[in-house]
Amino acid sequence: MHYHDILIVGGGLAGLRAAVGLCERYDVGLFSKVHPIRSHSIAAQGGINAALANNPNSRDDTWEKHAFDTIKGSDYLADQHAVEIMCKEAPNIVYEMEHWGCPFSRFPDRSIAQRPFGGAGYPRTCYSTDITGHVLLNTLYERTVSKGVKVYPEWFVVDLVIENGQCHGVIAFDLINGKIIPIRARATLFATGGYGRVYFYSTNALINTGSGIGVAYKAGVPIKDMEFVQFHPTALIGTNILMTEACRGEGGYLINNKGERFMERYVPIAMELAPRDIVSRSIQTEIDEGRGFDHPLGKYINLDLRHLGENKIQEKLPGIRKISIDFIGIDPVHDPIPIMPSQHYSMGGIDTNIRCETEIKGFYGAGECACVSVHGANRLGGNSLLDTIVFGKLASFSIPEYLESDGLTTPDESFLLRKKEEIEKKIKRLTSEGSERPFSIQMDLSRTMSACVGIFRTKDELEKALVDIAGIKERYKRVKVSSPKLHMNYELMNTLELEFMLEVAHTIALGALLREESRGAHFRRDFPARNDAEWLKHTIARIGADGKPAISFKEVVITNYQPMERKY
Amino acid sequence: MIIANTYTFKILRYDAKEPEETPSFSFYQIKVLPGLTVLAVLMRIRDEIDGTLSFRSSCRSAVCGSCAMVINGKIDLACRTQVASFGDETIILEPLPNFEIIKDLVVDLTPFWTMYEKIKPWLSRKQPDPEKEIPQSEEERDRIDQFVNCILCASCYGACPVLARNPDYMGPHAFAKLERFMLDSRDERSMRSLEEINNERGVWGCDTLLRCIDACPKDVRPTDSIVGLRKKLLKYKLFGKRNDED
Repeated sequence: MHYHDILIVGGGLAGLRAAVGLCERYDVGLFSKVHPIRSHSIAAQGGINAALANNPNSRDDTWEKHAFDTIKGSDYLADQHAVEIMCKEAPNIVYEMEHWGCPFSRFPDRSIAQRPFGGAGYPRTCYSTDITGHVLLNTLYERTVSKGVKVYPEWFVVDLVIENGQCHGVIAFDLINGKIIPIRARATLFATGGYGRVYFYSTNALINTGSGIGVAYKAGVPIKDMEFVQFHPTALIGTNILMTEACRGEGGYLINNKGERFMERYVPIAMELAPRDIVSRSIQTEIDEGRGFDHPLGKYINLDLRHLGENKIQEKLPGIRKISIDFIGIDPVHDPIPIMPSQHYSMGGIDTNIRCETEIKGFYGAGECACVSVHGANRLGGNSLLDTIVFGKLASFSIPEYLESDGLTTPDESFLLRKKEEIEKKIKRLTSEGSERPFSIQMDLSRTMSACVGIFRTKDELEKALVDIAGIKERYKRVKVSSPKLHMNYELMNTLELEFMLEVAHTIALGALLREESRGAHFRRDFPARNDAEWLKHTIARIGADGKPAISFKEVVITNYQPMERKY
Repeated sequence: MIIANTYTFKILRYDAKEPEETPSFSFYQIKVLPGLTVLAVLMRIRDEIDGTLSFRSSCRSAVCGSCAMVINGKIDLACRTQVASFGDETIILEPLPNFEIIKDLVVDLTPFWTMYEKIKPWLSRKQPDPEKEIPQSEEERDRIDQFVNCILCASCYGACPVLARNPDYMGPHAFAKLERFMLDSRDERSMRSLEEINNERGVWGCDTLLRCIDACPKDVRPTDSIVGLRKKLLKYKLFGKRNDED
């Protein structure tokens, strides 16, 4: 049986940052279902927020102002002490990444360049052209290589072993060799990313199934604020590839079929740089009211960069230009980019605190799979990269404190062996009987989520979603994988993940139905106002004895910023 | 009205766990709408026709580097290649050359990563870190830009004719990564640390046929790095310098 003092699941920014902080003192094993460099952090484009005050227009920026913008952006659902910790740590994080080699773009005075982003009072988003996630992930991966972190690439974690409120490790599936392997650990950190693929229209990578959140939930870990789903305003039609917020940060316009910069009607001051929830709703409204354009791939709005000129586009947004040319045959220098809002980010996730702890001893969460909460009901652009690295780093402080105090000394082998047998039985059933094809179940689930749990929500649609999900869960019981071979069986891996996607979707839809107010990204047409008196609280879902989610609520932490009306 | 054309996908199948079976092609007929990518079709084949087909994929937007393969004889990322772009009704898919096949279109990238690690791919500093950022000019940042863009997809490694005859050759990606650090104004590694590449397994092994440049989906030019590193090695041999006191 494999053993590590600390087991990290996920090789994106949060997981790698934790590994870098822990590997010199502990035996760390990092498990990732893809090679770490393929993790979805790589796809982040626009930047990472930190109040460095490098921009000539932001000399009086401070971390407190960054915290206020984040809290206001969250529609006051973020826990304010957590936001303060993140924003205070932000400059250190950016400088640390720079010292480790991150090639940020520069200002003429040789400092790190910063650009404006949505919902921010100052231009404080540090960037590397439009490949900021790529450079940060490469830098952290380089750091793990220099430190010799033990990485298990293409190992997928299928279960979390919890007994009596204590985590003992995980059961992993070694995809290349087709082996089911229990791994004992004194502490386990999940940094498994978001659940974008639960939706049909998503900017997320195919690997973003949210299975880590689902694995934790099924093992009894509470999850938080699942109904808060971010829809990015600008995804390419057809493929839904992300067109960074930096397109608008650098001055791009959103234009409807009447040639209007319609944001003027919704948010006259912030215009295109209002927070994402507001811009997405505005775009969707334009489309719903017939002011969008028609295309065989769907209705769309134009993202117009032409007035920026070729030099600026090539200098600041070269990746966007290349993606537009490669994927839709449009050069944004000459033509506007056809975009639509698409699922982009999971504000909710594993219920963690500022120390990345969960309710379960020895089990931690960081990054997009976790919900501290620093993003509340709506995340600001440039805060997700920050969240991953800050909380990856904080996990690397709190896990040793636990191990040196009351931490588990010897995780129990017998619990893991029993779990391993259960998994083997499950796989046997998936590969031997049944008639439902996994892809058709996933397709129906994701279509339901996009149709009924989208940007605008109503009671009727959400109830329909829950009925549909219940039906799809029944069908999953009859799912069949083509081949009984375990090695390199991607269909089997997808089918194992699908079980957890169903649970994640269920908690999103249920949370959305119960929350009878509109806050941040959660907009109920039947309850269009925010209702602080009844709903200024986090939704907690935990799996009940009947296998269904049991919902409870948790207070929001308020420090210095009393909830106000959110105006831009 | 958009018309779907029928294509035949001819895909190389092999399973290293069953070495007695020789590699062979499977054929799949599939209707494809214009604009669909090779990766989108691969997913449909695995979902709807043959669940045993193995290939890697993730971002589907040409940034993660998972899905490099040989498409009608040309190395590219499956996610950014349009099926209709070949003007041919048969599309042949094969795994990246110069690697052992694990299964179907999935290859064992271990040698690729081993060589990547050999060049010490991290910023090497001697001075203590300043409190804030290490200053760097816009021009200095631009100098490393093309090498920073490398997504480590291994297309160049698969295309390299030197690797085809000499598996000990380090590969274009390793030199591109090393040059990314050598050209970085913040990096302080010594010339002595370049001994690893100062031989036929290193930069002197390159035939400069530029196949790596043709294969790169991100417009990186590994040959530029090889030429740059060769120049530095020669200059050092003649004149010394660049932190030669290690």
